Amino acid sequence: MHTIVCIKQIIDPEIPADQFKLDPNSMRQLRGGLSLVISAYDQNALEVALQLREKGGGKVTALCLGESGAVGAIKSALGMGVDEGFLVSDQPLLESDPCGVAHVLAKAIQKIGVPDLVLTGGVSGDTGDKVMGPLLAEALGLPCVTFVSKVEVKDGKALVRRIVEDGYELVEAAFPLVASIISDDSNVPRYSKLKDIMAAAKKQVPTWKAADLGLEEARVGAGAARLQVRDVSVPQRESKCEILDGETPEERAERLALRLRELKVI
Amino acid sequence: MTDVLVLVEGQGSVPTQNTLELLGAARRLADATQGQVKAVVLGAAPTPLTAGLFACGADQVLRAEHPLLDGYQGDVYVAALTQIAGQAEPQVILLADDSCGKEVAPRLAHRLNAGVVTEVLAVEGDGPAVLFRRQMYGGRTIATLVAQRFPVVATVKPRTMAPASELAGRTGEEIAVALTLETSLVRTKVIQKVAEEVRGVKLENARVVVSGGRGLKGPEPFKQLEELAQLLRGAVGASRAATDAGWVPASWQVGQTGKTVSPDLYIAVGISGATQHLAGMTGSKTIVAINTDPDAPIFKVAHLGIVGDYKAILPKFIEKCKELT
Repeated sequence: MHTIVCIKQIIDPEIPADQFKLDPNSMRQLRGGLSLVISAYDQNALEVALQLREKGGGKVTALCLGESGAVGAIKSALGMGVDEGFLVSDQPLLESDPCGVAHVLAKAIQKIGVPDLVLTGGVSGDTGDKVMGPLLAEALGLPCVTFVSKVEVKDGKALVRRIVEDGYELVEAAFPLVASIISDDSNVPRYSKLKDIMAAAKKQVPTWKAADLGLEEARVGAGAARLQVRDVSVPQRESKCEILDGETPEERAERLALRLRELKVI
Repeated sequence: MTDVLVLVEGQGSVPTQNTLELLGAARRLADATQGQVKAVVLGAAPTPLTAGLFACGADQVLRAEHPLLDGYQGDVYVAALTQIAGQAEPQVILLADDSCGKEVAPRLAHRLNAGVVTEVLAVEGDGPAVLFRRQMYGGRTIATLVAQRFPVVATVKPRTMAPASELAGRTGEEIAVALTLETSLVRTKVIQKVAEEVRGVKLENARVVVSGGRGLKGPEPFKQLEELAQLLRGAVGASRAATDAGWVPASWQVGQTGKTVSPDLYIAVGISGATQHLAGMTGSKTIVAINTDPDAPIFKVAHLGIVGDYKAILPKFIEKCKELT
């Protein structure tokens, strides 16, 4: 089985609030010296793909659209154990809206060869978009299941666990299939071994430009965006936390209850 | 003029809470631009929902009945809505940001060559422009997006918008829409539905939420949280760390990949406050944090806090709450 996992490189979302800065012109987050990571659920997706390979054989490919530095994300994926990685890096493409990004990724997937399974993260760790899986499915003309925590292969078909409001559904679908992955105790991303990181550093990562992919120009870049960010505000949270004091934990607990009563919350 | 198409749902003749919120948002947007609200009801058989939809602000109810629309199936829903949108030609299409909406919205947008925006907190008209507000960067920012062209498909984050107010006797136009749907559309099949047991109040509707995280170090302590939640007539939630560890079901998760809650009281126990968790609970009126680490980010959003070990704090807190309530 061949799985392509689409990954995104983002600025570490868990940085402290005082290190979060916006570029007033682009209204995007300023990188500064902050560290870059693979968006969390994309890492879960990589783990799902690697486990499927371990069970049933086959190949795992990582695909990323990003700055030239996003080759680092591909290298991390190679370090985790994926077989090969491809980077699409072309500045104007990075200004695309999610529909444009899906078009770019779909074209890249077709160039690699449409696999049995395409995985994305369920939610991106920066913009919080959760549209890439279903958009890619449409762009590739494939079926789609979203917010999947587990993927199994049974009798040549996919059997996936889809998380819904009050529990989960077991969904059956034929391959090829697109699934968006969310985290679960079964797909905690593995740590890379040092020797695999060293080996990954030496691997070549083919990098493509727009011209390599036969894109439809009208669908990509800033000009094609169907929605544009007009402004971004940082909500001012009243960060006055009243810390309840007391000699002992029990005393503090009592004070908390009394304070909540006073505020008529309980 | 902004016509708004809304995918609605109901139980019997009563629209769901999500539907009321969608209709509220749609009505306000349509009123600001002299547009119309068109409510779409999909199902296998007619429902008695129409009158309730008119009362809650729909100008038109588009009823589409087909045997394949018996319950949600993504491929069929996308095909049905593509056909309906093609006929109704709305500028904005609103769906709830639930397990159906987040699967359908992007696919529908792709077929209509439309824009897509998810987890919308507010939608409003600004002259001829339509603005959508949503969180980005795990709730660190609120972005305002403006539609460059129509249509736009948007999902509305539950419990963030004011529901429609009901006006009894308000009427509108009911239209039966004929759809062409084939069995061959269906490419995924639900073979089993597993509902996780909910004791007491549902998390997303609860007035009080008691949540636990990594600091609880295992599933056992959640029993104490359940005791407290029951006492305060609330529900138990969890951070991603706790659901990922398998301590409690995924459906208990509060945050970016879980549920969004905005209760009157949110008690975070052993939760550090990762941005992905904060994105799901900062709308709570009063936030209480109990954590051993005084520098944990949760204290940046909390109104009341105790620095200390929950093991020593919770029993006394529960005892005192019993006394007071």
